[in-house]
Amino acid sequence: MTEPVRHTASEILAILASRQLTDGQVVFAGIGTPLLAATLAQRLRAPGLTILFEGGVVGAFVEPGKLPPSTNDQRCTKRANMVLGSADVLLLLQRGYVDVGFMGGAQIDQFGNLNSSYIGDPAAPKTRLPGTGGGNDISSLTNMIVAMKHEKRRFVEKVDFITSPGFLRGGTSRAESGLPSGGMFRVITELAVFGFDGESRRMKVLALNPGVSREEVQDNTGFKLVFDEKIAVTEPPTEHELTTLRMLDPERLFTA
Amino acid sequence: MLDAQLEPYSRLRENLAKRDRSLREKVMSLEEAASFVQNGMKVGIGGSTMSRTPMAMIWELVRQRREHLSCSRCITSTDGDILFGSGISDHIITSWFAQGILWGLSKVMRHHIETQGKRYDEWSHMAVGMRFRAGGMGVPFLPIRSMLGSDVMAQRPEAKAIDCPFTGEKLLLVPALNPDVALIHVQRCDAYGNAQIDGLQFMDIDLAMAANSVILTTERIVSNDQIRRAPDQTKIPFFCVDAVVEVPYGSAPHECYGLYEPMMKHMSAYVAQVNSDPIEGMQAYLDKYFHAPKSWNEYLALIGMEELLDASQKGRSIYND
Repeated sequence: MTEPVRHTASEILAILASRQLTDGQVVFAGIGTPLLAATLAQRLRAPGLTILFEGGVVGAFVEPGKLPPSTNDQRCTKRANMVLGSADVLLLLQRGYVDVGFMGGAQIDQFGNLNSSYIGDPAAPKTRLPGTGGGNDISSLTNMIVAMKHEKRRFVEKVDFITSPGFLRGGTSRAESGLPSGGMFRVITELAVFGFDGESRRMKVLALNPGVSREEVQDNTGFKLVFDEKIAVTEPPTEHELTTLRMLDPERLFTA
Repeated sequence: MLDAQLEPYSRLRENLAKRDRSLREKVMSLEEAASFVQNGMKVGIGGSTMSRTPMAMIWELVRQRREHLSCSRCITSTDGDILFGSGISDHIITSWFAQGILWGLSKVMRHHIETQGKRYDEWSHMAVGMRFRAGGMGVPFLPIRSMLGSDVMAQRPEAKAIDCPFTGEKLLLVPALNPDVALIHVQRCDAYGNAQIDGLQFMDIDLAMAANSVILTTERIVSNDQIRRAPDQTKIPFFCVDAVVEVPYGSAPHECYGLYEPMMKHMSAYVAQVNSDPIEGMQAYLDKYFHAPKSWNEYLALIGMEELLDASQKGRSIYND
């Protein structure tokens, strides 16, 4: 048996998230793990992946070792196909050009709603978080992949504030609220890969990461998860995936 | 004070009719240009995050101790900290507010929101853009399909959800945003204000069209002949512009596309200082970098030659193959 490859939690997030993207897709990626994972997918198995950034970039091809500190920096444009105004690149989502949106998350609930605005009562917040950025637009208008750290305080039954809509209150509530397209597709954590039940729209475990038990996932989650009878186990990161990832982010900006 | 109190269309037209839109020189100093910004005004800020921030103009407004500015920008970085921390603004309209993703939450923003009662009105990024665009189009609103169903919408009664009169679908109408004055930094323009922007333009064109006046700061002033040789590069026409100020490194410590990247050592040191003490740390920063220098060049000297050169080398490398 070969020795398992050592990796950090944020590395496995980036690698598993990159596996969700397929060649030919148009993906709208946020900063951090999403940018890194989309770029990794582009280098490893999806050379025809078109990456958009909210700064106004169409068809990004980020240089190894020169990761941008935000999706509004000039580094995002290097070797891109086009630059647009920020509102115009977001309008591509509204028109329907984008297959998948890809973001990080601070807090998520059982219906895939994301909070990046407030901890505590929004009227008198314990913590004011940075806010939506393009997150609300992306999650309102396309299918979403979210990559985030798995902690009980981040996986809650009901978020304090819906910044970026998932399936809202479940069932058909998303479409009834005026969001007929898109919705949460996948959530990737260092413990498991999640989808959403087709009817109830509750978060559901699709695959466990190697060496992770059902109990461990449930214990780190603040609501009752749906488990299918047969749950797959995700293939561990390969040496090739890890070396490519580390080549892209040698300073460990997003994989510390 | 609802920020959605729309400028009546008649007043927008009157303001524009009164503006001198002739092809005239309007080059002036930062001090002079600051007179376009009066206490209590609505100020639109160009660029995004750490890019093409009109930092020199913000610097001047802090030095002149403006008050009660209501500021709007698509995404806010350390400029937002400085607007709140210096006391020149108590209201920011934006979609995202922290120093940058590398540094987590802004303790300065948190201090002013959580304990000082200052306002951060959160809109989605696209909504901010559509508000400037509606302002630039001379219409009171534009419809969008995001924000619906979220608490971002619930918190913004200024936006109205409607049933579309054509299709019956739910849409969100976001109100026009017409700032009294816009601050925009560009790579080059002529003395009349024909502005050429390299790289990412963000929301600056809509912002310039929407505002009732525009202060343009520029890395360099070029001749009108030079502008006319490449009119396709001109993104903001001269008649939108009321003041032109030549300020090399006018976005420092943020970046200006093709010229310099963000000055990351300075940024990290700034963040460490203000996040460890959002009151004293910020005051010390403002005293040292904003109030003490006699000129913008002295401010740049404080950031340091090595930082400027390093940022310039990285900035120009965008044009390397």
